[in-house]
Amino acid sequence: MQNEPRGLLISPIKDGTVIDHIRAGAALTVLRMLGITGQTDEELSIATNVTSMTGGQEGKKDIVKVSNRELSKEEVDRIALVSPQATINIIRDYIVVEKKGVETPKLLSGIVKCTNAGCITNDNEPIKSAFEVTEEGLHCLYCDTVITTDIESHII
Amino acid sequence: MKHIISIKDFGREEIDSLLARAGAIDAAPEIRKTLDGKQVALLFFEPSTRTRMSFTSAVSRLGGTTITVDSVEGSSISKGETLADTVRVVSSYVDAIVLRHPKEGAARLASEFASVPVINAGDGAGQHPSQTLLDLYTIRQSMPLKGIHIGLLGDLRYGRTTHSLAYALSNYDVTLHTIALPTLELPDSLVTELHKRGCTVQEHENIADVIPDLDVIYTTRIQRERFPDAASYYNVGESYRITPEILEGHKEGMIILHPLPRAGEIDPRVDALPCARYFEQARNGIPVRMAMLEEVI
Repeated sequence: MQNEPRGLLISPIKDGTVIDHIRAGAALTVLRMLGITGQTDEELSIATNVTSMTGGQEGKKDIVKVSNRELSKEEVDRIALVSPQATINIIRDYIVVEKKGVETPKLLSGIVKCTNAGCITNDNEPIKSAFEVTEEGLHCLYCDTVITTDIESHII
Repeated sequence: MKHIISIKDFGREEIDSLLARAGAIDAAPEIRKTLDGKQVALLFFEPSTRTRMSFTSAVSRLGGTTITVDSVEGSSISKGETLADTVRVVSSYVDAIVLRHPKEGAARLASEFASVPVINAGDGAGQHPSQTLLDLYTIRQSMPLKGIHIGLLGDLRYGRTTHSLAYALSNYDVTLHTIALPTLELPDSLVTELHKRGCTVQEHENIADVIPDLDVIYTTRIQRERFPDAASYYNVGESYRITPEILEGHKEGMIILHPLPRAGEIDPRVDALPCARYFEQARNGIPVRMAMLEEVI
């Protein structure tokens, strides 16, 4: 039996950012968290459920490539909430010039919606939600609610 | 510029200093005219007659004047204006804002947009620091706060006054004894936080078991809407009722507090006992709120 031909699902990019090792299925959430929506004009390549070898074990992962934009650490750290294993590669002229992991930031602003319907951040006010990341979960700086579970479903 | 938004923003030293200031005011209230020529806006977007009256009285006793909004109807909020805009506009009229609002975190938001100090007079189920400070002040009138044993009784899940008081007391190495209604125990997240802050929390099912250990009993209103029907409300309410009989064998010097209004949690016969301090506690709202106003203006 012939082996399936292996190839690149998505082409390399000349300049920009590659977010690799995203938890399988989380690529679209990651894009949303980065503020990259259908309304923005970045050139994107997305691969989901790609076979991956990590630590000698086969698994699945997602990959996102953003051309012509170098995402800052501050921008990408927030994705640690849904994909702490993700890595960020900054590409210049097809070469990886910087590779780093993601760290959960101490503060999240405008990323997660407070689960407390009575919280002022859920009203029509000119403020962003604000959470402190603690051991217990996400602590709303306005109403003190702590979100401990299913954080992903509360991402704005 | 200083705001008073949440008791959590206060360290022990700040609490002690504010309570000492309230004590000085109490000792000689007539000589303080620290708000002479100052005006304070009382923005009350939900009804709270007593808190509003006591802030009005506090401002007036310090020589200041108030302008008041006491409902959403008729205010610009009813026309769709944001609280942020309201606060920005009102800031230009007055020297401080006292805000009561149904949404949690409203005072924090107000402090971000106001150009004058903001005092939180209660934001929904959230913070109500003046209540906590007057609770602490009332306890301190009878005993030092450090190391006391305090019993928290009633609806401990939704009662914000008990949450804030428990948090504030965690600055003072106290032991908290909780005697909660079934399903209305202190939230786990708060208990974890209290433990982290070095506070001992002991749960009890029966008030009588713990009476001899307590320096303070803090009981709160049991809300009818927490119960499926009037009968279960009555039955449960009865078992958590403070009566002269249940108080037998209490520690000497023990005091009973209640943020009021009460709804049957304390037998009226208790009112005449020397340990009943809830009306004194309500009165203490004046010097404590005077101290808070002096602190920020």
